Amino acid sequence: MFNFIIKRLLAMIPVLIGISLLLFFMLRMLPGDPAQVLAGQMASVEEIETIRRQLGLDRPIYEQYLLYLSRLAHLDLGRSARTQNPVIEEVWARLPNTMLLAVAAISMACLFGIPAGVISAMRPYTWVDYLVTMASLFGISMPVFWLGIMLVVVFSVILKWLPAGGTGSWQHVILPSVTLASFVVAFIARMTRSTMLETLNQDYTTTARSKGLKENVVVVKHALKNALIPIVTVVGLQFGLLLGGAVLTETVFAWPGLGRLVVDSILARDYPVIQGTILIFGLLYILVNLAVDILYAVIDPRIRYD
Amino acid sequence: MIEATEKGVCPPPHEFSTDTGLRRFCFKLRRNRAAVAGGIMLLIYLAAALLAPLLVQGDASAPNLMMALETPSPKDPLGTDELGRSILGRIIYGARVSLLIAVGVVAVGLFIGVPLGLVSGYFGGKIDFAIQRATDAMLAFPGFLLALALVSVLGVGIKNTMISIGISMVPQYIRLVRACVLTVRSEVYVEAARAAGTRDGMILWRHILPNVMVPITVQTSLSMGTAILFAAGLGFLGIGVQPPTPEWGTMLGSARNYLFHAPHVATFPGLAILLAVLSFNLLGDGLRDALDPRFKI
Repeated sequence: MFNFIIKRLLAMIPVLIGISLLLFFMLRMLPGDPAQVLAGQMASVEEIETIRRQLGLDRPIYEQYLLYLSRLAHLDLGRSARTQNPVIEEVWARLPNTMLLAVAAISMACLFGIPAGVISAMRPYTWVDYLVTMASLFGISMPVFWLGIMLVVVFSVILKWLPAGGTGSWQHVILPSVTLASFVVAFIARMTRSTMLETLNQDYTTTARSKGLKENVVVVKHALKNALIPIVTVVGLQFGLLLGGAVLTETVFAWPGLGRLVVDSILARDYPVIQGTILIFGLLYILVNLAVDILYAVIDPRIRYD
Repeated sequence: MIEATEKGVCPPPHEFSTDTGLRRFCFKLRRNRAAVAGGIMLLIYLAAALLAPLLVQGDASAPNLMMALETPSPKDPLGTDELGRSILGRIIYGARVSLLIAVGVVAVGLFIGVPLGLVSGYFGGKIDFAIQRATDAMLAFPGFLLALALVSVLGVGIKNTMISIGISMVPQYIRLVRACVLTVRSEVYVEAARAAGTRDGMILWRHILPNVMVPITVQTSLSMGTAILFAAGLGFLGIGVQPPTPEWGTMLGSARNYLFHAPHVATFPGLAILLAVLSFNLLGDGLRDALDPRFKI
């Protein structure tokens, strides 16, 4: 297991290099002087010069890239052109908010998506199944920001039950996480349904039934347990969608997370923060996929990574 | 995002090259009521986009402040926005923008992704390795975030929205086409063409490409829905299509400021997005089911 984790960590290196290349050239693709771009429009000549020296812009391009990598390794993502704070601090301050939203949304999505998929698969081609299937298709097609707005209209404007935005209490978390969970729940329900349809028709399920086990036990202990691997894969993959969705959801609910930070930075052309936030998003996505791989071994003892 | 690959849509080669295969496919598609409904809805959107100047009187972007934030009435069936413009008129004109973006995005994805996928799968070796590692790096970013990063470099506007979202979809096309090429590459007719001395370019164009067209079609239908969703998202954030161009997401972005006084302004553009994306997804699902019933999800 330990060896497997090390192997997976090593396999991350090429992807990380790819990400760093992408972000490095992203800045070089912009018209004009990268030092000026990074320093922002209000920067003084001295500030621009300092950044030019830090980036080594007078040196060959490969040296500039190596310098960039060594700064990344020291977690030096530069300073925000707007606030002059180190980017890593800005990102760090908002990361917990985004994680809170993401974890709440994923938990909610599993809580509703898995049972919906199971029920759907237990009664295939009945009205319950069609209802779940249609609801998931609507969920996938729904613009997440529009759902957020509609939830605000109903629960904040008309009913006045929940706050329309901001942070501070558990009530503030409900609407954003429901919004964010909406399309993930649809994917999880679809995947659960299709894998459960397969496992419910397997020989071991028939054996379990013929032993006289109760239907609930057959479904949960025999069929669902075996269907978990594809479901976990989908949950892991959806985490990426969730990060994309977080950008929109955080904007709707004025939630101070990474998503809003990146949008505000794009609007203000604050490139160090854009680069830093997108890097962190990429890292988070890779780490979640790693966690999913490790989870496989926990869920399915047949999988051995030696 | 729904991907054709995850459901293993690659059909056995030649399955649809005969008339009977095609007829069976059309029959299956017609029997799928959801797919037909999706197709009909798309035709309505297309008609609205093409006939917009006939359906909407006057300029959909011209402000009329005397009529600002009116609720739905016989004159303006969906009400007016903060500048007094007819919401229905702007939704109809918005169909032009959104469909244009969807087509543009898919064109970018196909134009870059298909040749790279073909080359990667057909030649293998170092080229394949290089293309696949680049794809890995791009896939390390969730699609919407990649589009967001690209917009931050390219800037706002319809053209840049198309390019950014299009590029963010390239990796999926590469993966899909490569996977299909790998199944077709060792077929007898490819071997025969090679033995006859046909050039690689010709083999790719005449023998391999026609056999990967079917999964590409499915992916294209699904990608168009995603493209509309992404473009609306960028417009909503204020970094996509810019006002006064009528785009559904941009309309929602400005409607957000009037939620407490006029919630109807935000309701209808969102419904327009939902139904358009739903239509593409229904049609895409239907196409996939007609191609391979084993993967009905």
